[in-house]
Amino acid sequence: MTMHQLKIAGQTYHSRLLVGTGKYKDFSQTKAAIDASGAQIVTVAIRRTNIGQNAGEPSLLDVLPPSEYTYLPNTAGCYSADEAVRTLRLARELLDGHKLVKLEVLGDPNTLYPNVVETLNAAKTLIQDGFDVMVYTSDDPIIAKQLEDIGCCAIMPLASLIGSGMGILNPWNLQIIIENAKVPVLVDAGVGTASDAAIAMELGCDGILMNTAIAGAKDPILMASAMKKAVEAGREAFLAGRMPKKLYSASPSSPTTGMIG
Amino acid sequence: MMVLYINGNQRQFEQANMSVANLIQLLGLQGKRLAIERNGEIVPRSLFTETTLASEDKLEIVGAVGGG
Repeated sequence: MTMHQLKIAGQTYHSRLLVGTGKYKDFSQTKAAIDASGAQIVTVAIRRTNIGQNAGEPSLLDVLPPSEYTYLPNTAGCYSADEAVRTLRLARELLDGHKLVKLEVLGDPNTLYPNVVETLNAAKTLIQDGFDVMVYTSDDPIIAKQLEDIGCCAIMPLASLIGSGMGILNPWNLQIIIENAKVPVLVDAGVGTASDAAIAMELGCDGILMNTAIAGAKDPILMASAMKKAVEAGREAFLAGRMPKKLYSASPSSPTTGMIG
Repeated sequence: MMVLYINGNQRQFEQANMSVANLIQLLGLQGKRLAIERNGEIVPRSLFTETTLASEDKLEIVGAVGGG
């Protein structure tokens, strides 16, 4: 069904739910949750390899083969444009020339709020270097537009702070960003439960990226399934076009004629 | 003897001439999916064998881990 297809940097995806792979109990839970979510795009972090420890232990790439999932290496934990660019160049080498990346440059360790100045600088360098950049940003419509104008292939504003589960705090800004954008807009960060995901999709978001909402649930696999349905339901409701809100209705749902008596 | 800084840790090696491929072997990382930066420059996998390390080189060896 075309209405369920998401197009990012020329590639088509039937799932509009993108998921992170962090904070799970173990790899088997990671895999089960991701499969329950139906996500095709999964984010991964790039970190120093443990030297001399557990050399034989399986890696994430063994559990989630890059042939079956689209990897989205991120720059989580980077606080400068330079660090972020270095990290993604290593990711490209690690993943055999893979171009699709998630850029995030943080500004503060307590809130993990994005540093949009460094983000813009990093995005420019990465795009010049041939990367397809999906960019995490604040919900500032001007910055979102600037990131689109310099060539980012998807804009990913926060709904609330990373890992907070506070939900969609500023639907109006998200709506402005969505209306102004010609590239996909995905809510990244802040979703806490299924209704948050549905609300974001009903606003017209093209997709949602989440990690903690699933991994931090009591039953991550069940929550992954809930999120899959919420994203689909929200998308269908957006396309269906909701009825207008009215304080009260003079139009009952049952016929007004043919009453007995 | 050769001193290398690997992922921020200083390590000493008996060998004087070592390639990146030799080092990977020595660290037990052969066959692992990883990427290497040497003194700020990426060493492509195709050049592991012919890239010779020098004492005091700074290396970053990274892989993919779970993250959001």
